[in-house]
Amino acid sequence: MLDVIIALVPALLVSVTFFGWNALRLTLACVITCLAAEALSRKAMGRNLGIDDLSAVITGMLLAFNLPPTLPTWMAVVGSVFAIVICKQLFGGIGYNPFNPALAGRVMLLISFPVFMTRWSEWTIPSPIGMDAVTSATPLGLVKTAVTSTGALPFTFDGATMLQLLVGNQNGCIGEVSAAALLLGGIYLLIRRCITWHIPVAYLATVAIFSGILWIHHPQQNLPPHFHLLSGGLMLGAIFMATDMVTSPVTKRGMLVFGGGCGILTVLIRKWGGYPEGVSFAILLMNAITPLINRATRPRVFGAPKGGKKQA
Amino acid sequence: MGFIKAKYNAPGGVHPAYHKDLAAEQPIVEMPLPASLVVSMSQHLGKPATPTVKKGDSVLRGQVIGESAGFISAAVHAPTSGTVKLVAPVATAAGPQATAITIEPDGEDTWVEGISPCPNWQALGKKEIVEKIAAAGITGMGGAGFPTHVKVSPPPETEIDTLILNGAECEPYLTADYRLMVEKAAEIWQGALIIAKALDAKTIYVAIEDNKPQAIAAMQEALPAEAGDAQVVELKTEYPQGAEKQQIFAVTGREVPAGGLPLNVGIVVENVGTTLAVWDAVVNGRPLTERVTTVTGGPVAKPGNVLARLGTTTADMVEFCGGTSGAVAKIISGGPMMGFAQADMSGPTTKTTSGLLLLGPESVHAYESMPCISCGRCVGVCPMNLMPNELSQFLEAEDYETAEEYNVMDCIECGCCAFECPAHRPLVQHMRRGKTQVMINRRNQ
Amino acid sequence: MTAVIQTAITIGGAGLACGGLLALAAKFLAVEEDPRVEEVNEILPGANCGGCAYAGCAAYAEAIVLEGAAINLCAPGGAEILNKLAEATGQTAQQAEHKVAIVLCGGEVEHAPRKFDYNGVADCQAAHSTGGGDKACTYGCLGYASCARACPVGAIEIINGIAKVHPDLCISCQACVKTCPRKLIKMVPYARKIHVMCSSKDKGPAVKKACTVGCIGCTICTKLAEDEAIKMEGFLAVVDYDKDLDNDTVIEKCPPNCIVRI
Repeated sequence: MLDVIIALVPALLVSVTFFGWNALRLTLACVITCLAAEALSRKAMGRNLGIDDLSAVITGMLLAFNLPPTLPTWMAVVGSVFAIVICKQLFGGIGYNPFNPALAGRVMLLISFPVFMTRWSEWTIPSPIGMDAVTSATPLGLVKTAVTSTGALPFTFDGATMLQLLVGNQNGCIGEVSAAALLLGGIYLLIRRCITWHIPVAYLATVAIFSGILWIHHPQQNLPPHFHLLSGGLMLGAIFMATDMVTSPVTKRGMLVFGGGCGILTVLIRKWGGYPEGVSFAILLMNAITPLINRATRPRVFGAPKGGKKQA
Repeated sequence: MGFIKAKYNAPGGVHPAYHKDLAAEQPIVEMPLPASLVVSMSQHLGKPATPTVKKGDSVLRGQVIGESAGFISAAVHAPTSGTVKLVAPVATAAGPQATAITIEPDGEDTWVEGISPCPNWQALGKKEIVEKIAAAGITGMGGAGFPTHVKVSPPPETEIDTLILNGAECEPYLTADYRLMVEKAAEIWQGALIIAKALDAKTIYVAIEDNKPQAIAAMQEALPAEAGDAQVVELKTEYPQGAEKQQIFAVTGREVPAGGLPLNVGIVVENVGTTLAVWDAVVNGRPLTERVTTVTGGPVAKPGNVLARLGTTTADMVEFCGGTSGAVAKIISGGPMMGFAQADMSGPTTKTTSGLLLLGPESVHAYESMPCISCGRCVGVCPMNLMPNELSQFLEAEDYETAEEYNVMDCIECGCCAFECPAHRPLVQHMRRGKTQVMINRRNQ
Repeated sequence: MTAVIQTAITIGGAGLACGGLLALAAKFLAVEEDPRVEEVNEILPGANCGGCAYAGCAAYAEAIVLEGAAINLCAPGGAEILNKLAEATGQTAQQAEHKVAIVLCGGEVEHAPRKFDYNGVADCQAAHSTGGGDKACTYGCLGYASCARACPVGAIEIINGIAKVHPDLCISCQACVKTCPRKLIKMVPYARKIHVMCSSKDKGPAVKKACTVGCIGCTICTKLAEDEAIKMEGFLAVVDYDKDLDNDTVIEKCPPNCIVRI
C-alpha cells in the first residue's frame, strides 16, 4: 500500500506546482477525512482492523486527485466520508467493496454538485513554457461543447499541445493533469509488482484503437487517439483506479477483458455521452461486472478436459 | 546424447529463495546408530502397519516388525538389531498419533537371516520384482509415501509406456536427492531399469531442474547402454516442478486428468531415492531400513546430508550435525513449502523424511491474516489453475459444496498461493481443511 | 390530452398484462403440497438445527407426514411442541429425555499448556490437523470455537480457552457434537449435574504433564460413587449417566479436581 502512495507522489508534486495551495488543501482534506472516517466506522462496527494498512490514505489521495482545484473543502470532506463509509465500510471494509471508493465518491460529488465539480474558470494557467493562457474548461470539456454546438473540433492539436498535456499544463482535476507524472508512478508500481500490465495496457490500447478508428473515419469531429490518451482522467484511471485489486478481476484474461471494457465505455461516453469525460463511469460500470468476469474467465483446471464445457 | 530440455511448463509456479547451498556440497555421511530408534507404523500413505513384535522382543535388522495392513499399506522393518523397549502411540510428522516401536540397538547391527542378493535381476519376472519391492516395504520417498509395490503393479488393462524418475527436488533447502544423483547415479539407473521392467515401460526419463547441473551431468554420464533411449530431462527451475502432475506435463506434455492418476496417461513417476531403494531391495535383497535426509537451516551448526536409520529422532540427527548454533524458532519435517512443522525434536525419521529444516527466529514470522483484496496473485501462481482466493472465502464460510464445485479437491497443497499472498492468508490450511471436510461429506452421503 | 390518455393506456395495459401473467403462473406453476405437511411445519420451531437428523424443519415435517417418522425427534421443541405434534398427527406423545451438550474438558488456559504457537486458521479442525493441535493434551478442547460457530442458538461460549455449553440454552441439536474434531462433546441428561471434565485416555503421568486438571486414573471416584455411577474406561473415569449420581464427596476427593458440578 505504501508503494501506491509513493507512486502517487510525482502526480501530487505536479499538481501542487500547477494548482498550488488548492491541490494541497484538497489532498489533505480528503486524506485526513478518509482516515478519520475509516477509524470511526471501524470502531463503530467493532472491527479490530486498524487503519495502518494505509488503504484509506490511498482512497483519500485518489479522490482528491479527481476533484477540480476550486472545490470547497467541505465538499471534499463529504465525498471522502461517502467513499469510506458508504462505499467501503458498509460493504465490509477492505477487500469487500464492489466499487472503487474514490471513484464512487467522485461520482457522487459530480452528480450532487455538478456546478462545483465542473467549474474550472477562475483558474489561470501559469505556463512553464513561457505563454500564459486563460482557459474556461478542460480540454475535453471544450471539445464536447464545440462538437455539440458547431459540429467541429474547437482547435487543432500539434506537438506543443501534446507536450502541454504530457507535462500537465492543462485544466482538469488536480491529479489527472500530468500524464508523464502518472506514467512514472505506473512504472514504479509495475516494478514493485503492485499492479500487472494487463489492465492499464488493455485499457489504453482499447481507447487508442477505438478512438483511432473514429478519428480516421472523421478527423474533423473526432479527437486523435494520442489526445484521448493524454487528456482527462484516463492515465489516472488506467494506472491507479482500474487497477484497484479489490474491484478488478483476478485472472489475467479477466484483467484484459476488464481493461478493454473500460476503454470502450470511456470512448463511448466521451464521444456520445452527456459528460465530456467518462473514465469514472466506465471504471465503475466495469467494477459492477467484475464478479461476472471472474466467473467467466475462470482458468481451466489443470487436467480438466480441454475445450469441453467448463465445470459449473 | 540422452539429454533434452523440457518442452513444456505447467501453469503457475513460484521462485522462492532456494538456500540449497547450505548442504548441496556436503557428501552423504552415514550416521552411527543412536541410543534408541522410534519406528513408526505409519510411514506411508494408507493404513498403518500392524505391529508384529511386543515389548521385550529382540529383533534383527531387516526383520519385519510391522505387517502391511491392507492393499494400500507397507511393511515396516527393524532398522537395526536390538531389543523392543516400548510399543506405544507417537505423533507422526503430520500430527495424528500412530503406533511406534521403540528399539534399543545392541550395537551389533546383525542382519536378519535370509537376505539373498540377486545381482542377476534381469532373470526375475515382473511379479517377482513387485514381490521383492513389497517385501522390502518400499514407499515413495519424496514426500507422500505411496507404497511403491502398488504403484509398480498397475491394473492389467492399463498400459504404462513411460517411467519418469523425479529428481526435480524443487523444495528449497533440500539436497538429499541431489546428492544421491551425484553419488549414486549408476545404482539409480539400475533401479530405474528394474522398475521399468516391472512396468513394461519402454521410455525412461530422469527429470532434474536446471539448477542442479552436476546431477544432470552425473546422471547423463552414468546412463547405461541397456537403458535404450532413456533421457535426462532438464526442467526450468521453478517450484513445484517436482509435483507429479506438473512434472509429467513438463516432460511429456500429457495432462493427468483432474482427479486421475499418472497411470491414466500411461506414466509412473518415482522419486530417485525410491528408485535407489528398489535397487537395494532387488539386487542386494535389503529391506528399506535407512534413508538420506538433508539436515539443514540457519541454526544447524553443520548442515549436511545424513544417511540415517529410520526411527532416528530429529534431536539425534541435529546432534550428529553439530547441534544447533543459535535459537530455533521452527522445526520442519520435510521442505519449507510442503513440510510439516513440528512441536519439538522428538519426532522420528520415516521413509518420507526428505529433510529436517530448522529455522531461526529471523526467518520465522507470525502474521495476522488479512481480508482478501482480490489481487489475483494466487490465481496466477496456482499450478493447478485453481482460484485459491475464492476457494478460501468459500471455505471460510464453510460452504463446502461450492468449494467442491470450484475444484478444491484438485488442490495439491503445494503452497504457492500462500507463499504469494500479500494478505498472509493461510490458504493451504483452508484447502486442507476443505478437502478433509469434502471427503467426510462425500462419505456421509 | 391524447398524450395523457395514451400514457394511461400503455402503463395500465402493461400492468394488467403483467398481473395476468402472474396470476396464470401462480395457477399453472404451483407446487402441489400436502396441506398436512404445511400444518406440521408450522408447529415445528423453525430453527433448522438438524438435530432430528433431517435437513431442516420442513424436511422433518415431510418425513413425519409422508414417511411416518417419530414425532419426538425435535429436541428444541420440547414437551409443548411434542404435544401439538401429537394432536396434529394423531400419534402418541412419547417424550424423549431432555439431553444437553457438555464439553468434557476442563483444561483452561492456566491448567493446560500449549506445546507450540499456532498461527493459522482459527478453527478446531484446522488446528487439530496441524501437528496434532497446539494444546499439549491431545484430547483436550482446543478452544478455536468451531462448536460455538456451529451452535444455532449461541449456547456455546469460549471461556478462558475452552468451550462451555450453557445447559439452559442448549436445544439438543447435536450440531456441536458433529463438529468437534476431538469428539469431546457428549449429550448428557439435563438432570445430571456431576461430570468428569476430562477426556484424556492417557496414563496418569502423561496426563499430569499435559494438564493440571486432567483425570489421572486414580480410581478414587469409582470407589466413592454408589452403584458404579462412575466407571473406569482405560485410564479415564467416566460418568454413567444412566445411574443416579448426587454425591459431593467424589468432587471433594478427586485429586486433580476434574470432577465438578455444573
